[in-house]
Amino acid sequence: MKIYDGGKILIGIIIFLLVATSPFSYNMGKASVKPEPKLDTPEIQKMEKKQCVEPKEFMKAEHMTLLNDWRDSVVREGNNVYIGLGGEVYNMSLQGTCMKCHSNKKKFCDECHKYVAVKPYCWDCHIPPKEN
Amino acid sequence: MTMNRRKFLKLTAVTTIATAGGISALELFKDSKLEAQGILPLEVKPLTAKRWAMVVDIRKFTKEDNYKKIIEACHLTHNVPDIGNPKDEIKWIWTDTFEHAFPGQEHKYMPEDFKKMPFLLLCNHCDNPPCVRVCPTKATFKRKDGIVMMDMHRCIGCRFCMAACPFGARSFNWRDPRPFIKELNMKFPTRTKGVVEKCNFCEERLAEGKMPVCVEASKGGLIFGDLEDPNSDVRKVLSSHYTIRRKSELGTGPGVYYII
Repeated sequence: MKIYDGGKILIGIIIFLLVATSPFSYNMGKASVKPEPKLDTPEIQKMEKKQCVEPKEFMKAEHMTLLNDWRDSVVREGNNVYIGLGGEVYNMSLQGTCMKCHSNKKKFCDECHKYVAVKPYCWDCHIPPKEN
Repeated sequence: MTMNRRKFLKLTAVTTIATAGGISALELFKDSKLEAQGILPLEVKPLTAKRWAMVVDIRKFTKEDNYKKIIEACHLTHNVPDIGNPKDEIKWIWTDTFEHAFPGQEHKYMPEDFKKMPFLLLCNHCDNPPCVRVCPTKATFKRKDGIVMMDMHRCIGCRFCMAACPFGARSFNWRDPRPFIKELNMKFPTRTKGVVEKCNFCEERLAEGKMPVCVEASKGGLIFGDLEDPNSDVRKVLSSHYTIRRKSELGTGPGVYYII
């Protein structure tokens, strides 16, 4: 059996394979480092009982939903008060409450978001805390 | 990972019971173990009203400086950029001539100084706001207390509201405003490119129990209060002085009154 223009086709297939697998070869050996968000901010160190507005596991999975709920509650309903687990009272504010403790945005927010390739637009308007 | 409010509340309740470890949630409330260990001090009492309104006493604005201080205070507090050209200008509170502020009320023979005098203008927080009617995403909405507010998260920058507002109270962010803000107020967000903005009657300060920043800076030139409360400052001033409103013939019911 003879393949007409066999050479050209073979070269074409090789070029196609090279291009199609280029993302894999480009990233070869460059495994992303597992993100490790840090909690070592001065504000958190000061806390006796280190706890967020909700348990850690909940915050990990649902912080985006919580933030959306806070946003709607403050902006649309005019309610700024959030009652925590043990009855703690919080002011619902990303800039004022969340970032007061988590003043290390680069290490706390950006690291994971970068790893999972999400780009939240919070910081288009909200001002992140100053970091070195 | 969608979760509606109901599910969220349920989950919160379940985790409360799970982590309380022996102490039931009910008991926690009964024994008044409720302590404000959070950020918000409990003594903060938000200012509330049935209908917020403002009176501008123009007799108190005799010098250029009187206006400047107020505009500066507002724009500093709300991270309003100074872009420096009229096309891109962002303004929450500004001045204009009598002829422009109250068209149709001017005439040839009125006092000279009146013709030249600047008048302090801001969003009128109308009873029947046309900007709210035209907003396709409900980004602009009217609160129960009369404040016409914007939800920047929802604004798509269509600028219908700017066309609808007869008072020119709205500005569009043609470019990223952040580089043009001299001093950032870390307590308030900025805006982003492509959204409309305007005065919010200092809704964020009212929630903290403070008067609007322009009212504080005016030292008596601006009076702010509840229009539905007959004993409020605004009602007292309105019942004892002759006041006019901007373009009231349009039927939008402006909430800013001017003592002439």
